[in-house]
Amino acid sequence: MNIERPLPEITDQNRSFWESARAGRLKLQRCRDCGRWRYPPAHHCYWCLSEEADWEPVSGRGTVYSFVVFHQAFHPAFKDRLPYNVAVVELVEGPRLVTNIVGCRNDEIYVGMPVEAVYEPLTEEVTLVKFRPVEVWERADAVVD
Amino acid sequence: MPTTAKWPFRRRYCIVGVGNTPYGKLPGWSHVALNVEAIRRALDDAGLTKNQVDGVLTKAPTSDFQMLYSARVSQALGLSPKVTATIDQAGASNIGLIWYAMSVIEAGMAEVVVCSYGDNPLTGSRAAYRRIGGDEAAYGLMGAPAGYALITRRYMAEFGLKPEQLAAVAIACRKHAALNPNAQFREPITIEDYFNSRFVVEPLRLYDCCPITDGGAAVVVTSEERARDLKKPPVYILGVGQSHPAKDLVLREDWTTSGARESGRIAFEMAGITPKDVDVVQLYDCFTIVPIITLEDYGFCQKGEGGAFVEGGRIELGGELPMNTSGGLLAETGMPGMQLIVEAVRQLRGEAGPRQVPDAKIAVVSNQGGIMTTHATLVLGRER
Repeated sequence: MNIERPLPEITDQNRSFWESARAGRLKLQRCRDCGRWRYPPAHHCYWCLSEEADWEPVSGRGTVYSFVVFHQAFHPAFKDRLPYNVAVVELVEGPRLVTNIVGCRNDEIYVGMPVEAVYEPLTEEVTLVKFRPVEVWERADAVVD
Repeated sequence: MPTTAKWPFRRRYCIVGVGNTPYGKLPGWSHVALNVEAIRRALDDAGLTKNQVDGVLTKAPTSDFQMLYSARVSQALGLSPKVTATIDQAGASNIGLIWYAMSVIEAGMAEVVVCSYGDNPLTGSRAAYRRIGGDEAAYGLMGAPAGYALITRRYMAEFGLKPEQLAAVAIACRKHAALNPNAQFREPITIEDYFNSRFVVEPLRLYDCCPITDGGAAVVVTSEERARDLKKPPVYILGVGQSHPAKDLVLREDWTTSGARESGRIAFEMAGITPKDVDVVQLYDCFTIVPIITLEDYGFCQKGEGGAFVEGGRIELGGELPMNTSGGLLAETGMPGMQLIVEAVRQLRGEAGPRQVPDAKIAVVSNQGGIMTTHATLVLGRER
């Protein structure tokens, strides 16, 4: 039996995020007033409370900020995937995303591991943004500049 | 009078009664009934009758969050109090209730206020603890342990925490619970047991996680003047603090310092104490990493040294700083926090029997909720 995993609820707030993932080019909200990245998507800027924002592409590069390995399924759709990892990746631009690390074993993941985004279509609407290890990329400040 | 303008509540309010139900699996008990039973026992303990209560404050049950909860509990108590309220700071709420109780007494709105929590997630619904939802569930992030596991991993990377140090917390709590007839898990565990227990969400093992429990606990708060002629000597509220990071992990800049730092600073300053004055601590331990971070943030040791601090029996009865003397969330009951306040009061009254810390004069309690999203601190004293 194929049990479907829980899907994100696509709203007016986050639609551009999921559309960019489907297009294979990650975009995040950026405050038009103070210039800070706004993730998770929100109506107001977390810093200056501005309502204005643009969806701008990000590098898709980052490092593993932390990660865990599930040995217990909290949802039947993940039972066959055990043990599976969940990571928080900090993009070089600053925002942190909840994700999975692919392309390596769970015991090869470490905090600080350099990674880049890969796109895994799940349904017609939803493409998951996952990350895979890469050789050390240029320093974060070089990428931002 | 020790009262100052800066700290109007200082040493002027007391806990005069504590009560709790059995903990564990309690079929046949609704969460409202567990609140009423805990309050009934706390009032007995104080030598008060229900008709002397004019404030009823509750923390909503985790498993069945609902509107007007304190009114429902008041109704079941047969009371129409002057003040009812439910405060939601998740696990930090219990101390939040005590803070609010002092505020309404100070304002002349009430004189005797009960603060209560009861829930029955073990026989009722566990859904709240296995929460599925949000965009993150598509990646498999769900349930209560995962957030704490993410913090633990990050802490390990920043400060070199060893699993043996997490184990020291679990082992101490089990050791203390063995001396508590009402504890849910009374069998001691060894370091081998810890490493033989399965991973739930790695790096957290089963013994790093508190259980889900049915039960209730309550305290009675009143003024120092009102406390004078009650059944037992009052326990004085010396200091109270709150501070809430209030952000999901992805938005929280620092994962390894919690609201405990600011909350503890406020509570210790209000109490006029430093960590070396503290005889016993009851620190919220839903997962083993939490008291380690709390000890650092309260200043019992430096940031990054919490793992070494809990080793070698220091936090066990007979050690330098006995912690979670009734077994904490990890072993007495997974109830979110009121039981820690109850145990602190019993320690200061000298009522803790075989787990009594000799001559305990000052106790510190921490409460926290969410994924270290909220924090509150209570400093209690045997003497004013």
